[in-house]
Amino acid sequence: MTRLPDRTERQLGLVIDLDTCVGCHACVISCKGWNTENYGAPLSDQQPYGADPSGTFLNRVHSYEVTPLVESAMAQLVHFPKSCLHCEDAPCVTVCPTGASYKRVEDGIVLVNETDCIGCGLCAWACPYGARELDAAAGVMKKCTLCIDRIYNENLPEEDRLPACVRTCPAGARHFGDFSDPDSHVSRLTAERGGMDLMPEQGTKPVNKYLPPRPKDQLESQLGVLAPLLAPVAEDSRGFLGWLDRTLDKI
Amino acid sequence: MAHRQPQLDLSPPVSDEVRKTTCYMCACRCGINVHMKDGKVAYIEGNRDHPVNKGVLCAKGSAGIMQHNAPSRLRAPLKRVGPRGSGEFEEITWDEALQIATGWLAPIRKTNPEKLAFFTGRDQSQSFTSFWAQNFGTPNYAAHGGFCSVNMAAAGIYTMGGAFWEFGQPDWDHTKLFLLFGVAEDHDSNPIKMGIGKIKARGARIIGVNPIRTGYNAVADDWVGITPGTDGLFILALVHELMKAGKIDLDYLARYTNAPCLVIEAPGSDRHGLLLRDEAGKELVIDTATGDLAPFDAPGICPDLSGSFVLNGQTCRTVMHRMAETYLDPQFSADAVAERCGIPATKIRAVAAEIARIAFDEAVEIQQEWTDFRGERHATMKGRPVSFHAMRGISAHANGFQTCRALHVLQILLGTVEVPGGFRFKPPYPKPATAHPKPHAGMNPCAPLNGPHLGFVQGPEDLALKDDGTPARIDKAFTWENPMSAHGLMHMVISNAHAGDPYKIDTLFLYMANMSWNSSMNTGGVMKMLTDTDENGDYLIPRIIYSDAYSSEMVAYADLVLPDTTYLERHDCISLLDRPICEADTAADAIRWPVADPDRDVRGFQSVLCDLGARLGLPGFTNEDGSAKYADYADYMVNHERRKGIGPLAGWRAGDAADAPEGSGRGESRPDQLQRYIDNGGFWIKHVPEPARYYKPWNSAYQDWAVETGFYDSPSPYLFQLYVEPLRRFQLAAEGHGDRQPPDRLRARIKAAMDPLPIWQDTDQTGNDGFTVHALTQRPMAMYHSWGTQNAWLRQIHGHNPLYVPTKLMREHGLTDGDWARVTSPHGAITVPVMEMAALNDNTVWTWNAIGKRKGAWALETDAPEATRGFLLNHLIHELLPERGDGQRWANSDPITGQAAWFDLKVRLEKTTAPAESQPAFAPMRSPVGTGPETLAWKTAR
Amino acid sequence: MHPAPSVILFTTCSGLGFGLLVWLGIGFPAVTGRVAFVFFAIAYLLAAGGLIASTFHLGRPERALKAFTQWHTSWLSREAWCAVAALTLMALYGAGLVFLGTAWPVVGLAGALASLATVFTTSMIYTQLKTVPRWHTVLTPLLFLAISVSGGALMAGQTGLAPWLLLLAGIVQVAVWLRGDGAFDASGTTLASATGLGEIGTVRAFESPHTGTNYLLREFVHVIGRKHARKLRMISLTLMTVLPVILLLLPFGHVLAALAVLSHLAGVAVSRWLFFAEAEHVVGLYYGKR
Ligand SMILES: Nc1nc2c(c(=O)[nH]1)N[C@H]1C(S)=C(S)[C@@H](COP(=O)(O)OP(=O)(O)OC[C@H]3O[C@@H](n4cnc5c(=O)[nH]c(N)nc54)[C@H](O)[C@@H]3O)O[C@H]1N2
Ligand SMILES: Nc1nc2c(c(=O)[nH]1)N[C@H]1C(S)=C(S)[C@@H](COP(=O)(O)OP(=O)(O)OC[C@H]3O[C@@H](n4cnc5c(=O)[nH]c(N)nc54)[C@H](O)[C@@H]3O)O[C@H]1N2
Ligand code: SF4
Ligand code: SF4
Ligand code: SF4
Ligand code: SF4
Ligand code: SF4
Ligand SMILES: [Mo]
Repeated sequence: MTRLPDRTERQLGLVIDLDTCVGCHACVISCKGWNTENYGAPLSDQQPYGADPSGTFLNRVHSYEVTPLVESAMAQLVHFPKSCLHCEDAPCVTVCPTGASYKRVEDGIVLVNETDCIGCGLCAWACPYGARELDAAAGVMKKCTLCIDRIYNENLPEEDRLPACVRTCPAGARHFGDFSDPDSHVSRLTAERGGMDLMPEQGTKPVNKYLPPRPKDQLESQLGVLAPLLAPVAEDSRGFLGWLDRTLDKI
Repeated sequence: MAHRQPQLDLSPPVSDEVRKTTCYMCACRCGINVHMKDGKVAYIEGNRDHPVNKGVLCAKGSAGIMQHNAPSRLRAPLKRVGPRGSGEFEEITWDEALQIATGWLAPIRKTNPEKLAFFTGRDQSQSFTSFWAQNFGTPNYAAHGGFCSVNMAAAGIYTMGGAFWEFGQPDWDHTKLFLLFGVAEDHDSNPIKMGIGKIKARGARIIGVNPIRTGYNAVADDWVGITPGTDGLFILALVHELMKAGKIDLDYLARYTNAPCLVIEAPGSDRHGLLLRDEAGKELVIDTATGDLAPFDAPGICPDLSGSFVLNGQTCRTVMHRMAETYLDPQFSADAVAERCGIPATKIRAVAAEIARIAFDEAVEIQQEWTDFRGERHATMKGRPVSFHAMRGISAHANGFQTCRALHVLQILLGTVEVPGGFRFKPPYPKPATAHPKPHAGMNPCAPLNGPHLGFVQGPEDLALKDDGTPARIDKAFTWENPMSAHGLMHMVISNAHAGDPYKIDTLFLYMANMSWNSSMNTGGVMKMLTDTDENGDYLIPRIIYSDAYSSEMVAYADLVLPDTTYLERHDCISLLDRPICEADTAADAIRWPVADPDRDVRGFQSVLCDLGARLGLPGFTNEDGSAKYADYADYMVNHERRKGIGPLAGWRAGDAADAPEGSGRGESRPDQLQRYIDNGGFWIKHVPEPARYYKPWNSAYQDWAVETGFYDSPSPYLFQLYVEPLRRFQLAAEGHGDRQPPDRLRARIKAAMDPLPIWQDTDQTGNDGFTVHALTQRPMAMYHSWGTQNAWLRQIHGHNPLYVPTKLMREHGLTDGDWARVTSPHGAITVPVMEMAALNDNTVWTWNAIGKRKGAWALETDAPEATRGFLLNHLIHELLPERGDGQRWANSDPITGQAAWFDLKVRLEKTTAPAESQPAFAPMRSPVGTGPETLAWKTAR
Repeated sequence: MHPAPSVILFTTCSGLGFGLLVWLGIGFPAVTGRVAFVFFAIAYLLAAGGLIASTFHLGRPERALKAFTQWHTSWLSREAWCAVAALTLMALYGAGLVFLGTAWPVVGLAGALASLATVFTTSMIYTQLKTVPRWHTVLTPLLFLAISVSGGALMAGQTGLAPWLLLLAGIVQVAVWLRGDGAFDASGTTLASATGLGEIGTVRAFESPHTGTNYLLREFVHVIGRKHARKLRMISLTLMTVLPVILLLLPFGHVLAALAVLSHLAGVAVSRWLFFAEAEHVVGLYYGKR
């Protein structure tokens, strides 16, 4: 049902740490594997061994080069995973003509009920983040489910009741939790590290937050403070050996 | 209005069964949970209990399901029917295949076993394959280490009894500053990522030294975009600045390293530059308490770092003294190296100062008592929380051995190896070079080789030379050209065999190495060598047997193909005798077991070797009555013994009490051993006891534990070798001392290169005039060499590769994204698409490794982007350096270890019009397995 | 956006068809019997044909009926209802004209309004999308309505009003283009806001997540050259407005009228092609494309 709930009981989502993501694509493939086998239609691939391979993925990792405005500073590279942000004001839901797209009232997860979806693609048009992909084989819209079939799944050990991408991320750059709880791990990370919204001007109020990269290449500018640490004890090997003797005597 | 939404089953069944085994998508060997539905592989995730990955899994590991289902899997043994390289085969039975192989190999063994060259590429069962080769009796065996990272391994083992690579890891829990040199991905893929995540979460800092700022280097807090090949200089500049400031750990140096050992100064004598030793061969130091000489390990002594001693008229000064003289020279100052390294001197000093700050102002201390090998008790474990890690970026250069040595020397000067916060060994390391075997090449018809093939030479007497001084091995390992080639030189086998130099061989037997493509330098040349014929029309390399699991480029060049199973269909052994999977706090080994049944006529290669070994009557594979000793590899894994009570698997050996799950690691084999591994999740671990966790080489608790676990037969503490005496022994030979003498043409090179203290030399630039741009490759994290390409999921991520060009060079050559450039080296040319990158050393171009594919390979359509737009740099790299008019072709490798110098490549760029496809393009090979399906929607249970 | 032929066909034809129904509904031309049948047949062919064409781009056309359920939130759902209402009312009205020779003005008016509403709801499907700044403007419904009504007038043979309406449509079209060219920049969505990395410096898309293509790139990223677009705009304007107006000003003849209609139809099709092809979805930013 395409009307958004007035409020959701919880706000489950992800924090993605751009300072830590090494761009390994582990989350991409783990997501592909889990969601091919589980919720709804498998994520299909066209021309998987051919000239123009292309398939459905619910999570993709981009990379961006950032050139600081200060000319002397060096360019940086930021790996940037992106999946559905489970927006509070999800435009993908309200455009859906069939009610297939909906936002769950319990936890705010935005889902597609695949048996209702006609594959019109409108929700993907409405999503600014490119978080929805129409599966070419199944003809229905696929999107991140926040691994709804994992997070409450009593057939999984409790520690595994979290999204596949979070469980697999080798660098620990992905965190899952409830943003409506200010004390949750994700809320605290967001507060401490200045977690941000993507495209805030689109008014979607994303639940997922991104932690910005920490400032880089600061060392040289600290040389003033660091320099005394390199105060010479000797200028050449003779001086050094003298220093060595003096120092060793003291030990 | 009430909110209506569908009712979901929030607890759907996940799978019928979880089978726990070990990943094979790279050499990291993580534990995996394979979820099975209806008897099929449904989903793969990381095993949380596993010591390596603790639950996480990389992209390749998660994509294992697509590897297992790949249409490129071979289906049955193949006999070549068309010309080599064409890909024309007929499928034959295993009986026929094994008969052919036996027919080829048995006569060789009877007459001249060296006519077999058995090289095993990316082998995870080297202790087994080498055992087989040893039993066959050929001296010609090695795996791929020689072209991979032998510089790293050898430099580490000669210097400190272990290296980065798989031998050790930073103390992720305590380190405060982590410096990473030349790493894109590494073998320790998941642990490094986990470690980086861990230290980031703690707010510790990372410095990345790499010409390219991607991956780990992209998340580094500071980036040092060094000019390739100059790390040695940079590191020695750090050493210079730190020594000058007195920021070195004198206590550590005196106690645990050979810094206080005495170097004999007797110019002209055959002892000049050797270490002073007592009759028992132990290094002597001056005891500060008495001023007398004492063996380094004498109880209670306190070695003097700065003294000198005159003995029999020969002055002996400490290694520390030597180092001061060498490294305080202004040639190593930050200012002197800055330009060559492409790093401002201020930055070099800032890095040195930060290292000093963390090491000396932020030292850590663990409240844990321990006793050292001299019997001294220490109330705590102190550590300097600066840690280092490095890989092929510094080792795959022709000056890599000494550069890796320099990095170890830097760590050791800081006192940060095997201490809290520093670099830690993983059992069975530490293990010094002297505790490793020496190379063996003693061969007799119909008999096993006289010992293990590979090892660590201590001097010229250990070289693998025949009586006439010619190389005993086809790859010329352990010769004057590369005396310390501890891993062999697989990359020279094909060209040497083709040239009949040092001798001709009959059968080349390869296992999982794509030598006709991404694994070789000079790819086009290698393809030609494999197909060249003599005047009779016979192939110059008469016979090639190859085992692969997939339709790789190399398959096309084999005469006989032995198809392997996939990793989910066979037994395998990740053994402590091999490249182990231990972590710093645990000894561990693991198995693979058939979690799925093969649906084709394929067999695990190791089982095939057991069978072939029995057919050939190899002693290690036959019972007294001539019957096969091992039914298959699983049987070998359980019942083979290397030494009494030591077998391939250390877990659950008989003699261990049932209530001691960790066991001793030693004891008789037990029939239910594999089931116990399976019940335990596919692996076995044994924890290093608390008091033994650090200072392992000198910690008596660790030494005792290592003996109990079977790593050594008696405690073997040792000193770190800042000064590596074996190198000096080779120099002495080059100076004319001793009976074994190098050829004259190599004397100068040996003298210069084999300095017992790390030095930096520019790599050989012969023939590089006009080629000024460095060209590198990097491992993509989501691809494994050539074999990720057959994976439907992974190939969408890396289906073709551009050449990344720094902004400055893009402008200079008028290039924009999507343009094509012709890239030339002294050896060849490629034409490829380019893309701009700013976060890149100004004079370096690079691309992802092994994305380019030959048409027809891997069951891909011939117009696959890997073949039409993808490319390899390998066409530009030659295994030999350009001619330099001395009548010799010098190898493109490290003069000490023979390590292939992939990253010494220099090129020139020019813009060109886009060709129809990237160049060079080769004729398609016929796929022996057809091509894959049009669409894929893999779901086991619908 | 990818200019999908089915969607171009749908909006072009159904717009014209509903435009004609609007005129028919209010009694221009006041036809009955056979003539009415022909007019209505053409209108239904265009309107319903367009609607059917639109189902071609559905992944699951067999479930198309489900699209009626969400009228309270979804413009697409509302469009479905309006279309059905318009087609039903006008069918009733048309049946009266054709078979009974009687006009039920209330039904006709209601049908005309529903037809207008259909065109409006169609346009709102695009207008509502903040993600496509070029569409996110009141000019979009204006354009759709103007084209529909003017085309309808042309079809309905309203030679008096049609030129003026066509001119109006032309003006709106030009306004749409002029505004559209600056819309993306004015939207404030940039690669910097998309990544949140703008604070650090200039952001540039480096490696794409996949070397191959994907649904998003196929659907949302369509790059056309500026020059090419300008040429197409001229063609579109000429065919859609200028030529039909000139033809209408010439002495009336069936051939000329048919030519005017065809020209207009072709012009609208080009305009629609541009409507999609020139529209830039913000998601392209993530791929370094617009
Ligand atoms: N330009 C450039 N070239 C390089 C390097 C570089 O940095 N730059 N790096 C070099 C290095 S370090 C290495 S290690 C090599 C690696 O290069 P290769 O050793 O060629 O590695 P792979 O491509 O992994 O190929 C190994 C072969 O093993 C096969 N295989 C996979 N699984 C199995 C199995 O289960 N059983 C059997 N029997 N076969 C299997 C694959 O199909 C493949 O044909 O590349 C080298 N080449
Ligand atoms: N995903 C994945 N993992 C793998 C593999 C794979 O194919 N895919 N292959 C495995 C194998 S066989 C190996 S050997 C390991 C290798 O693991 P790595 O050592 O990480 O190997 P490379 O990708 O060759 O990375 C070399 C790095 O060194 C940098 N470099 C090159 N020259 C210099 C230099 O002069 N100085 C410095 N400081 N840096 C330099 C390059 O920019 C690059 O980042 O990875 C293993 N792990
Ligand atoms: S990210 Fe896109 S798909 Fe997800 S809720 Fe927001 S708008 Fe909808
Ligand atoms: S594609 Fe499916 S989920 Fe998306 S708007 Fe259309 S019907 Fe709704
Ligand atoms: S939460 Fe689940 S569905 Fe969403 S990106 Fe992660 S793995 Fe994919
Ligand atoms: S798995 Fe983690 S580190 Fe790897 S790309 Fe995804 S978020 Fe980044
Ligand atoms: S790092 Fe990845 S590919 Fe390698 S063993 Fe681990 S999971 Fe498998
Ligand atoms: Mo390697």
